[in-house]
Amino acid sequence: MAEITISGLRHSYDGDLSDPSRLALKGIDHVWRDGGAYALLGPSGCGKSSMLNIISGLIRPTAGRILFDGRDVTDLRPEERNIAQVFQFPVLYDTMTVQENLAFPLRNRKVAPAAITRRVAEVAEMLDLGPLLKRRASRLGAAEKQKISLGRGLVREDVAAILFDEPLTVIDPQVKFDLRRKLKLVHETLKLTLVYVTHDQSEALTFADQVVVMSDGEVVQAGTPEELYERPAHAFVGRFIGSPGMNFLPCRIEEGEIRFDGGRLSAPGLRRLAGQEGLSLGLRPQALQPADAATGVEGEMVGLEDRGHYRIADVALGGARLKMRLAEGVPAPQGRFPVAFRPGSTLVFAGDRLVGDLADAQA
Amino acid sequence: MTVIETRLATDAPARAAFPTRRLVAACVLGAYLIFQALPVYWIVRMSLMTPGNVMGRSDFLPVEPTFDNYRTIFTDPTWYMSFLNQLAYVCLNTAISLAVALPAAYAFSRYRFLGDKHVFFWLFSNRMAPPAVFLLPFFQLYSAVGLFDTPWAVALAHTLFVVPLAVWILEGFMSGIPREIDETALIDGYSLPRFFVTIFMPLIASGIGVTAFFCFMFSWIELLLARTLTSVDARPLVATMTRTASSSGMDWGLLAAAGVLTILPGVAVIWFVRNYIAKGFALGRV
Amino acid sequence: MHKLDDNRAWLLVVPVFALVAFNAVIPLMTVVNYSLQDIFGPGQRVFIGVEWFREVLRDPTIQASFLRQVAFSALVLAIQIPLGIAIALLLPRVGWKSSLAIILIAIPLLVPFNVVGTIWQVYARPDIGLLGRGINAIGIDYNYTSSAVSAWITLLLMDTWHWTPLVILLAFAGLCSIPEPYYQAARIDGASRWAVFRHIELPKLRGVLTIAILLRFMDSFMIYTEPFVVTGGGPGSSTTFLSVRLVNMAVGQFDLGPAAAFSLIYFLAILLFSYVFYTILKMNEGEP
Repeated sequence: MAEITISGLRHSYDGDLSDPSRLALKGIDHVWRDGGAYALLGPSGCGKSSMLNIISGLIRPTAGRILFDGRDVTDLRPEERNIAQVFQFPVLYDTMTVQENLAFPLRNRKVAPAAITRRVAEVAEMLDLGPLLKRRASRLGAAEKQKISLGRGLVREDVAAILFDEPLTVIDPQVKFDLRRKLKLVHETLKLTLVYVTHDQSEALTFADQVVVMSDGEVVQAGTPEELYERPAHAFVGRFIGSPGMNFLPCRIEEGEIRFDGGRLSAPGLRRLAGQEGLSLGLRPQALQPADAATGVEGEMVGLEDRGHYRIADVALGGARLKMRLAEGVPAPQGRFPVAFRPGSTLVFAGDRLVGDLADAQA
Repeated sequence: MTVIETRLATDAPARAAFPTRRLVAACVLGAYLIFQALPVYWIVRMSLMTPGNVMGRSDFLPVEPTFDNYRTIFTDPTWYMSFLNQLAYVCLNTAISLAVALPAAYAFSRYRFLGDKHVFFWLFSNRMAPPAVFLLPFFQLYSAVGLFDTPWAVALAHTLFVVPLAVWILEGFMSGIPREIDETALIDGYSLPRFFVTIFMPLIASGIGVTAFFCFMFSWIELLLARTLTSVDARPLVATMTRTASSSGMDWGLLAAAGVLTILPGVAVIWFVRNYIAKGFALGRV
Repeated sequence: MHKLDDNRAWLLVVPVFALVAFNAVIPLMTVVNYSLQDIFGPGQRVFIGVEWFREVLRDPTIQASFLRQVAFSALVLAIQIPLGIAIALLLPRVGWKSSLAIILIAIPLLVPFNVVGTIWQVYARPDIGLLGRGINAIGIDYNYTSSAVSAWITLLLMDTWHWTPLVILLAFAGLCSIPEPYYQAARIDGASRWAVFRHIELPKLRGVLTIAILLRFMDSFMIYTEPFVVTGGGPGSSTTFLSVRLVNMAVGQFDLGPAAAFSLIYFLAILLFSYVFYTILKMNEGEP
């Protein structure tokens, strides 16, 4: 169990830090609280696996430090860090039984045989592997194999953290749910710091209490799933999370109004942004709704998509196309209709950064 | 991400290893490469010397180096035609072997069928026939079908021990391609042959390259069948070498020059497949 | 991978089957035919049953050749398989160094059998060969034309030079196909270098090593051209391996009947050994 602190982390696979655009990790400071369940979310190539491998010690970062509970572990080898890591594909020692697989890390550390047997039995019990202990590991299904991979990490009593690198990729959908619940249960029982790398947002949002979003070698935002959804600090997070993602509408702020192609909104509190270039409105599909009376903004229905509990309307607004979410029971508007903006969910971005919203502007 | 991760594969263990261990590894590898290189150097050295000097001198460097031996080979049609003859049947053999091994390997990698394991072992068992005694029957067989002294005879005869290996290597590569790809293509309306040629073969291109290398190699170095199944018109370089050796005494310099020339096409072939050798044919049958 | 049951797959195997059958079945029948008859001349043949087989099996020179052959193949496997694996482990896995090493290592494979013989015949000579002179220079009396031990050393060195590259290439391909997470997991588990070899690399190499062992066994057991060129079976009969003995019988003495019987026994011996190797190597895999 440990709090993991990452400071000033930069990494380049050729060891050359001079060209920032070629860095795999471009300067990361982050603290993983002790006992927290974190998801590390981002598209392929964003550097999330590199980050994980740096925490476990498989890669030594070009610059920056890693601390476990304040102790500098940057120069320690993986086996000295007491990390459990589960990879995308099950990694097993094919010639060994399940029991031998679980015992392997302890044998390498020259733990007494009696202690090994006891510990392996405990871990097997926790992961429901007890009946399989004598079986050849290579003959088992993918879900069992992943549990064994996890178990090999857990047998060491002093485990600091568990790292998962997209561990459910090869698991059948029906087993996925069970296995994910099992992982959560293990986390709650052992209160270990847990980092779960994935590119699947629904997996990240359901699994973790803190989500760290990475893009292009940087952490763009860390927060609870709600925060990421409601107030993305970065346009990337808005687009990446949610389905459909956030709408972005280029705008200007002039004379206490937000002006955009197709309409204007009164926003006296946003005068500080007047005249600034590169502004846009960030709108979740539920930030928009059909209004009963004229609002100064008029949209036109272009299409409608039924998603079961709700519908997504495709709305033309000036030259832009926006996605609007219609809750159950709300009739779909026809032709041209007035559009209402929910003030708290109408966010203003400058460049890619969140700079304010309509609610605090009007207050 | 993939690119990054494969790179990590190399530098991570390298950094973990102790410098002394790496030094020892480099020395052992270097010693082995020298062990391999010296005989090759020796034949190159011989090829640059007159027969008299070859038999009389043991200096490390060539004595009175000359290109006369090569000049002889390139000006005498018996020599250079036999070089082309050998290339002809080896290329034919490679083409035939690939043509028959590709569908068979596909069958072995995708389907279970009656007697599949037995057929595979039977194919391999043909590699176990000592060629020395099958020479006469082979001679009779290919004379009977009128192919004696043509490149076809040697090319077809060599398939006997080349094809089993080709099937095995190709099957390994094919098993690495998920069957979903086949199914998707067939659902999309591709016929099996069209799918195989336009989609599947490009996917296993490196496997085909490696297989072609092994076909080429085993056919190129074989002597007994090649000599038995040819006389004048299709006689390969390896046979010309043995005949020269017996008729006019040993012209070691000339023999060495011809020997050096036999190595060159192989080097060219290995050059083309150098980056493919390492790509996953560990997954095959057996 | 899960495979489909479909006997129509046979259609895809037919070309290979036809080609190999054409090459294998007819010559094999011819040899079987010879082995059962005594041939005096064109049209004059007598069926004599297993007489030739009996004669071959009782021939002490053939028995001696057989033992020699077994010893040679055993030594070849004992040297080349571990050496091949060791060198493959040392090779760089990526980059231009890797490509260069592959090319250098593969070169001996592409040298025709008779050229291999030509090279080593000179290279190992104590008077004009680099190897022969080198060995004698360090005080060891070495001459492959007069000493049986020297002749064996020469042939083993030559075969190792020629064929270890095959083992290296196969083992290298096998090593390259091991996914990186296996090595990463082993590091996290604190496995020693030896444990990585024993529990990850060796098991993953089983497939390629099975092929390497089978190929090396078959080809070394049938070795003909190289000893014929270099030592001619001598000195004495110390390097008269089975193929050399067989060709003497078939071509030198033109005893077609016994030679045919001999080659069938030879073939069956290789088949039997290969089957045993194959079964042993498959067996461990099948454990529950």
